Amino acid sequence: MPINPTAFETRLPIVVLGSLDELWFQVAGTRCNLTCTHCFISCSPHNDSFGFLTLADVERRLQESVEWGVKEFYFTGGEPFLNPDLIAILERTLDFGPATVLTNGTVLKPEWLERLRAAEQGSLYSLEFRVSIDGPTPELNDPIRGPRTFERAMCGVELLVQFGFLPIITMTRVWDESQDAEILGLFRDVLHQHGYDRPRLKVLPRLLLGAEANRTCGYSSAERITAEMLDGYDTTQLVCQHSRVVTDRGIAVCPILIDSPDAILGDTFHEASHGFAVTHGACATCYQYGAICTNPSHK
Amino acid sequence: MICLGDLGAFGPHPDRTCELIRENGILVVQGNYDHSIGHELNDCHCGYTDPRDNHFAQLSYDYTLANTSDDHRAWMRTLPSQQRLEMDGVQLLLCHGSPRRTNEFLWESTTSAQFLAKLCADLECDLILGTHTGLHWQRTCLNSQGFINVGVLGRPENDGTTNVWYTILRSAGAGRSSLLWEVEFVPLAYDHERLAREMRNERLPEEFIETILTGWWTTCLEVLPSKERRRGRW
Ligand code: SF4
Ligand code: SF4
Repeated sequence: MPINPTAFETRLPIVVLGSLDELWFQVAGTRCNLTCTHCFISCSPHNDSFGFLTLADVERRLQESVEWGVKEFYFTGGEPFLNPDLIAILERTLDFGPATVLTNGTVLKPEWLERLRAAEQGSLYSLEFRVSIDGPTPELNDPIRGPRTFERAMCGVELLVQFGFLPIITMTRVWDESQDAEILGLFRDVLHQHGYDRPRLKVLPRLLLGAEANRTCGYSSAERITAEMLDGYDTTQLVCQHSRVVTDRGIAVCPILIDSPDAILGDTFHEASHGFAVTHGACATCYQYGAICTNPSHK
Repeated sequence: MICLGDLGAFGPHPDRTCELIRENGILVVQGNYDHSIGHELNDCHCGYTDPRDNHFAQLSYDYTLANTSDDHRAWMRTLPSQQRLEMDGVQLLLCHGSPRRTNEFLWESTTSAQFLAKLCADLECDLILGTHTGLHWQRTCLNSQGFINVGVLGRPENDGTTNVWYTILRSAGAGRSSLLWEVEFVPLAYDHERLAREMRNERLPEEFIETILTGWWTTCLEVLPSKERRRGRW
């Protein structure tokens, strides 16, 4: 009997959107005032591959998000605070649900934080800041994020604390995992010295994409998820099972892959609700570490 | 009387709680703790991510596992993860964390009204009751669907008072109000100093005893969203 060749075709590892719990906004596109060596979408002052979202763009998606039952909203870039609409966007978002902004902390202004503090106090929901700093010293941080960025980000943290916020300090693990406890302990001490008396810390695994892939040669083809690996795996561990990202070029599958051509799934939530083949190298990191993008209060 | 799960954890003598509940035939929904203890898993599956939080969670879990009898553990395995009840036409869904996942955190400041409304609509119920995060709160959505966190009896609520909380849910009766139910959150004072003594005798961590005596959480703080965290002392 002839063998049906299709029987040998590899099954694709498809992850289906279970529920749209987190809606991300690529609110600053790929524009950033910094050019970190490990930036997984190679943001810079001149990277225009994704543009800013306007207040009207975000408003439309917030309205649409109601019927999807979105639980939380996340804002990222690039550097969100470069977008002149950001403060108004966050004020509006807090009418719909909790908001988290991922910032490098280097461009914050007191008048913005004053408005945001008032907006959060008037809302049922939390406004969280995640400030990216890659280690407790300039010696660890600055080679990655740029000269004086440690000092500037710590000024941002001090300002946030002055306005009553409790920023989550987010660091990419640029050291060995076994050093976590030591580095986190040191970071707590440093933050205390800067007036932050109950520091919240989050460590992210390193993603080998964008500028980081150039730095470290990226992923080998062996590090890929196969369909068999998904059998019996709890896919709620993966961001793409419960999130989508609004960009100025359409809705993307997850915040990590927006640079990949196949990541833009369509222009409506409906089009973007289809399953996605998690065949990228970064998918293997998600598989290993779980929902790396969300806050600890989300589980 | 209904219990929404996590019979042991934090405090001493978990077997005594099980006895009281079983002798009185109280309806119980399985919490993540009961699931873990029932199946002798390695940890409580509370969902902490911080190393210090996990350290204290593990001390509490190991104590509870060692002090829960085989008979109670077998009973815990039989508990349902959710339960539906009807109260004067109001469809109630009882769970521990959320109807989707026993250990899902539904915090007041990070759970949107639209999320709760969709959950109720998808599950064809009017009101969801849970407890997992240990802080009481409620929200009613525009279309008269809602969620209530009923509070917990095993640990004070990080507000500097030593009392614990439970909830009385009543049917509002047809036509009396636009809402079909009434909620009363009830603070319960008890002999917390005796509890602290018993915890010391059982060599439970001083950090837990401090929480009982002061009403401020000292551990498992990293999962709190900022609004809830700011209300506490640590
Ligand atoms: S990692 Fe963040 S701060 Fe650094 S370049 Fe990329 S977007 Fe900017
Ligand atoms: S990178 Fe992660 S979140 Fe994105 S599609 Fe792959 S598995 Fe999903």
